[in-house]
Amino acid sequence: MQLESMYQEIILDHYRNPHHKGLRDPYDAEVYHVNPTCGDEVTVRVTLKDVGGEQVVEDVSYEGLGCSISQASTSVMSDLVIGQPVAEAMKIGDAFLELMKSKGQAEPDEDLLEDAVAFAGVSKYPARIKCALLGWMAWKDATARALGGQDG
Amino acid sequence: MTFDVGQIRKDFPILDRTVRGGRPLVYLDSANTSQKPRQVIDTLTEFYERHNANIHRATHELGEEATEAYEGARLKVARFVGTPDETEVIFTKNVSEAINLVAYSLSNASSPRADSNPLALREGDEIVVTEMEHHSNLVPWQLLCQRTGARLRWFSVTEDGRLDMSGADELINPRTRLVALAHQSNVLGTINPVTEIAERAHAAGALVLVDAAQSVPHGRVDVRALGADFVGFTGHKMCGPTGIGVLWARRELLEQMPPFLGGGEMIESVWMDRTTFAPPPHKFEAGTMPIAQAVGLGAAVDYLTEVGPDAIREHEQELLRKALPALAEIDGLRILGPTTPENRGSAISFEVDGIHPHDLSQVLDDRGVAVRAGHHCAWPLHRKLGVQASTRASFYLYNTPAEVDALVDGIRYAKQFFKV
Repeated sequence: MQLESMYQEIILDHYRNPHHKGLRDPYDAEVYHVNPTCGDEVTVRVTLKDVGGEQVVEDVSYEGLGCSISQASTSVMSDLVIGQPVAEAMKIGDAFLELMKSKGQAEPDEDLLEDAVAFAGVSKYPARIKCALLGWMAWKDATARALGGQDG
Repeated sequence: MTFDVGQIRKDFPILDRTVRGGRPLVYLDSANTSQKPRQVIDTLTEFYERHNANIHRATHELGEEATEAYEGARLKVARFVGTPDETEVIFTKNVSEAINLVAYSLSNASSPRADSNPLALREGDEIVVTEMEHHSNLVPWQLLCQRTGARLRWFSVTEDGRLDMSGADELINPRTRLVALAHQSNVLGTINPVTEIAERAHAAGALVLVDAAQSVPHGRVDVRALGADFVGFTGHKMCGPTGIGVLWARRELLEQMPPFLGGGEMIESVWMDRTTFAPPPHKFEAGTMPIAQAVGLGAAVDYLTEVGPDAIREHEQELLRKALPALAEIDGLRILGPTTPENRGSAISFEVDGIHPHDLSQVLDDRGVAVRAGHHCAWPLHRKLGVQASTRASFYLYNTPAEVDALVDGIRYAKQFFKV
């Protein structure tokens, strides 16, 4: 029985009670991403703020339809990046991407990834990695647009 | 021979394996691709071990054997779908290519430089499809309309997953040039009234293309009785290898149609500035074809013929008579499409309240039950039915009533697991 390794309680909690969900105004950029294999979709809005010359993620709001993995992952993503400097948030995103590529072999950095370490089990299922990355990829895209094409 | 599912299962080596840590495989994804019997696997091996050569152009014994095997497969396929003329059978790599072949040939015919080909499409012409089409019988027509200025129209689908015939008189009219539709829906299982639609289309002077990917594997299909002008189907869904599909078309159309792909073996004579073409079917088979795969498809057709298409249909109907009510009994489960076996094939798509299809299929997979989750390459149909995605269980000749139970038990377990 490997189901529990994928569907950790943390994931199911985020799925049932997503954090930061709903689209909010104002925002700097909005993107709409789909997973073409299943039709899962997410709309992500990003608001950035200049704090002493550094871009900080002020808010991430989203609306989506999809499986527990994609919805929970988007919820965890919003928890992790809101309030972070963009550079730091991108680092977290990269660490999550690495974790998803690890085929279940990685020892994730819990200090950096917090609740997102619960997705380690998902990385053993190639068909589900896209689900876990849907919200993250949309957030990265929206952030890049909010920065006006500059590097994050 | 009497139909014995236990005997049939012995022909499919893969059904013996276990998955996900020792669970017996319950394969309910045959509408996606079917499993292969030993007879087909052995034919592929034997071809490569004993007869491998290129066809039609090798002047040696192996070449003769390979050519005979390839052309023999064409003959078998022709007989299987009821045409006495095997030159009406064109090998392609799959149904998508079969349909694209027709679509590109029609747009080649529409080129202003194509000597007023009677098949040419013009602005104002109409192509009719249905809302239940697989993307492979929709996107090629969208593209063809973009290239030619023809207009795409469609039959809508009713709540219960049948074609809405109420607008047929207006939809199929003198402007209609082609009606393209699925024989059997890959999502709903619905069997469409192809013959009736073909009669209307022909009365209006239109051609009819039938996507038979989901029907040819599961019962007797006679392309002529169907009344179609083009019929596409694919090997890998009918116990054959991947990489080999079929376009059947009426001979006179194949003669009128310009080529799709140019290259080796499709020519009659070539100069630096022009080419004349081989007669059908070779006019449409450019380059080295999937030879072993065609031979493997021939073996699959032999296999299905021996088991008997009618017996396969009846076996699947029996599974349907068990599965449809058993699924409908599950709280919160909604079957998409017809809920009774009449005029229906054995693919059953459904949604379960509170469980996304990906999550449901993951739980089923953990128990060894292989199904498909998503929109099954029929996104507009899912939009129409107000469903984002669905789970699909599809049955074939090797499935058993016990596997229906495994599916139902798995869904009930998923409901407990996700507490819905």
